[in-house]
Amino acid sequence: MSAPAFDPLLLSIAAPLAVALAIALGLPKRWVVKLAYAGFAVPAVMALGVWWRFGSAAKEAHGYAFLSRYSTGMDQFGIGLKLGLNGISLPLFVLAGLVGFAAGLYAIQSKAERMKTYLLLLLVMHAGLMGTFASVDVFFFYFFHELALIPTFIMVGVWGGRDRTYAAMMMTIYLTVGAMLSLVGLIAIYAKSGASSFDIMVLRDALASRPLGEVTQRHIFGLLLFGFGILVSLWPFHSWAPLGYGAAPSSAAMLHAGVLKKFGLYGLLQIALPLLPFGASQWSHTLAVVAAVGNVLVIGLVTMAQRDLKQMVGYSSVMHMGYAFLGIAAGSVLGAGGVVMLMVAHGLSVALLFLLSTSIHHRTRTFDMEQMGGLAQHAPVLAGLFLAATFASVGLPGFANFWGELPIFVALWNFSPALTVAALTGTVISAIYGLRAAARVFFGPQSKAFIQVASANPPSDIGWAEKLPAFVLVATLLFVGIWPKSFSAAIDRALTNPPAAVVASR
Amino acid sequence: MDVNALQGMAVGNPWYAIWPELSLGCLALLLLALEMILPRAAHGRIPLVSIAGQLGILAALAFNFSTPYSAAFNDLLMLSPQGQLMRVFFLISSIFVSILARRSLSWQRVPRVEFHHVVLVVAAAMMLLVESRNFVMLFVALETVTVGLYILVSYYRSNPRTLEAGLKYLVMGALSSALLLFGIVLLYGVAGSPGLAGRTGDPMQYAGLAGFLEANPNNFLAAAGIVLVLSGVAFKIGAFPFQIWIPDVYQGAPTPVTALLAVASKAAGFAVLVVLVTEVFAPYAWLVGPVLTIMAAATILFGNLAALKQNNVKRLIGLSGVSHAGFILLAVVSAAREPMAISAVYFYLYAYLIASFAVFGVMTVLAGSDDTEQELSDYAGLAKESPFLAGVLACGLGSLAGIPPFAGFMAKLFVFVAAFKAGHFGLIAIAVAGVVISIYYYFGWIRTAYFSDEAAVSPKTAERARAGAGLSLGIALAVLTLASIVLGFYQGPLWGWVSGR
Repeated sequence: MSAPAFDPLLLSIAAPLAVALAIALGLPKRWVVKLAYAGFAVPAVMALGVWWRFGSAAKEAHGYAFLSRYSTGMDQFGIGLKLGLNGISLPLFVLAGLVGFAAGLYAIQSKAERMKTYLLLLLVMHAGLMGTFASVDVFFFYFFHELALIPTFIMVGVWGGRDRTYAAMMMTIYLTVGAMLSLVGLIAIYAKSGASSFDIMVLRDALASRPLGEVTQRHIFGLLLFGFGILVSLWPFHSWAPLGYGAAPSSAAMLHAGVLKKFGLYGLLQIALPLLPFGASQWSHTLAVVAAVGNVLVIGLVTMAQRDLKQMVGYSSVMHMGYAFLGIAAGSVLGAGGVVMLMVAHGLSVALLFLLSTSIHHRTRTFDMEQMGGLAQHAPVLAGLFLAATFASVGLPGFANFWGELPIFVALWNFSPALTVAALTGTVISAIYGLRAAARVFFGPQSKAFIQVASANPPSDIGWAEKLPAFVLVATLLFVGIWPKSFSAAIDRALTNPPAAVVASR
Repeated sequence: MDVNALQGMAVGNPWYAIWPELSLGCLALLLLALEMILPRAAHGRIPLVSIAGQLGILAALAFNFSTPYSAAFNDLLMLSPQGQLMRVFFLISSIFVSILARRSLSWQRVPRVEFHHVVLVVAAAMMLLVESRNFVMLFVALETVTVGLYILVSYYRSNPRTLEAGLKYLVMGALSSALLLFGIVLLYGVAGSPGLAGRTGDPMQYAGLAGFLEANPNNFLAAAGIVLVLSGVAFKIGAFPFQIWIPDVYQGAPTPVTALLAVASKAAGFAVLVVLVTEVFAPYAWLVGPVLTIMAAATILFGNLAALKQNNVKRLIGLSGVSHAGFILLAVVSAAREPMAISAVYFYLYAYLIASFAVFGVMTVLAGSDDTEQELSDYAGLAKESPFLAGVLACGLGSLAGIPPFAGFMAKLFVFVAAFKAGHFGLIAIAVAGVVISIYYYFGWIRTAYFSDEAAVSPKTAERARAGAGLSLGIALAVLTLASIVLGFYQGPLWGWVSGR
């Protein structure tokens, strides 16, 4: 397999990296922002392009399209930069492109100190995200994830808000533990499969003909579940998430909560479930109970108790990950498909919420919701966008999130009706805190504190620089919400054809 | 004496085969000669001659890199691809030590040229050490290295801590030599004893000894000798429980010498260990395996836990180096069952060299005249004063911590893969715990450099950081950082090279 002349996947990784390199080498200041626009836009354009062409593109084994392979001199280990997309990675690749674009636009208009370094780190992170979901090689999948993770730590530590040093350290340690556990799990698959390759297509073929032993599968899946689980803030390993997101600068929070965090779920879906079907079936009950009780119910109640807007969004994202875990535990094609949809929808909506919370903070000078109120009079567009994001997050029909949660609930009903009831209770909880937050921030009487801030510094509605990234996210949420088939057709094909091992696990 | 007999012996002495060692020796003598010939004003240039000469030897070595396996000097030495690899390793190390020393010596009132002279001699002796296939040769080369290091460790003799370090290194070095020697004597005695099967006429020779060990796989005296030899080597690599000298000596030694100890001396120990374990002691795998396994586990845990609470960066890097020795030991242990592990050892050593010298370079720049007192708090606000130095430091530490996209990650990955294939699951679990602990102190250091407030910047640091690294050290640091990143992305050439493809 040789490299095509025009490779949109490679370009979407290389463009942000090239711009980052140019900035690092001392690009003149007036060029930095212009080139940064290009660095953020190219992956988005490429992502939309492959989305458009995916249906008609030629598919190779396991439903992969746009395949290309570049040698990094490690062929004897079966390591090589192999890029390609299948129905599961396509939606996430598109998500990474769009959220990265929005986060980039939002970063450029923000008045961050040391803007050059900030943009550089964000571009590296963006490149890592694109690479993570475009990699067919498990090694590079992990590699790009770490490439995106390191800038996150630095951005939280340097540009973060309150408690940034503590938050950065906590995130670093938690996420390193998670990453190391999953790395050991991936090495275990590599070593045990006997395929001498990190190429996921080779691994699938090898393990389909010679599955691993049952004990091995159980152990490796457990490693991957904990490793990936920590990265996705599986309860009770979630405490880094609200703290980290609360402290992170908005663009970093958008990219991490929106996209990077999906790495763990994606790893479970794309690698762990198909390769270790027996292991998955052994762990599914534990996972389902932990996710339903811990992530959905406990964290849901914790979220309701938050006064800090950004912390609340952070906790809500932990809670929604619970639904994704439930979908994985349900173990059917429907559940897995719902997880992919939910990942995309949640990524878009949580990124939007982080973006809007920072915009709200600029106007109210606080994240404390008790000290806000009545902002809608000053900023009606901001209020409308926030309401839309809240509705999406709650899972109202018309937004993409609905198409993620509905299949998960249906699949979960077949798995365990009791847990479905618990999960549905979570929906009510999320409606309560979401709508209550919108009401507290935008409607109702203005608090004394806010009146003071507003008189010193009258808040304006959001301008185009903030609107544009928000509109990109809202438009995609609505588009997928109204026409879910744009993704679900590809997801469906990836999960049912070849005869998915996911099914075998049930 | 019979001329023919002399000629016959001389035929086995291909002097050209050790031309890199000889050229290093000549270069070392040249430096001393130049000091006598040149006027005082020109003495500042002599270190440059040393660096240029070493670069020349490195280039020549690169052009004549591929060597077939061949014995030389009546089987005292073996010229092997691995030996070539380590020759290059020691040359690169000594070049960087020379570059660091130029900077570090500029703050001290001590003779300069002799320092560079001794570094060259030590480098040449390390090459011979790794190539030796005879215990007498091994011991002589080892003592040459160690005596050179005794001088270097206590080089800044006006500082009491440095003298203390020198004394400790002397005592501990003597102890380790004694252990090694006692082990060698035991092996010599038992392998030459006429009553045993497979006895050899020349038990100092690795090949002869290996034959004897194969014939007697359960001899108690031989086992005792092997354990003692391993202990002697463990001193050099700083493996638990022979790591006790490391923190004090690393702290007291001049920073370039600390780098030499941490990188080259440790690597020499590992190269010798690999040869011994795979070529000589292979029949005693039942003994060597468990000993090294326990050692690796204890070394990883001890190094990381002890480094956790260090505030002096030289002690910190010393103890973190102990944990790296543990990771490499993990690969050495796996070598018995998985041939790829040997390549992983060499790859790890190179990645460690690249990352360590970057960190040591930044330490040298910030050290100033009192070399022994370098606290973590001295790094506060480094990123604001000198983004370049802070960037080099962050990349170096990131690579040591084993995070992509740096070479250190690949090194750890190869070690883990090798260990996994060899089935050492328990050790992998310990190693993973070690990596996680190490993240804490490496990131603590980076955090101090990047995330601290303006007020915390000490005027001393600010002044030195603004003075910058200077041209040669600056280039060296940039090259090291770039190498760390490139090898993280594209390992092809180095891996091909260490695995002999």
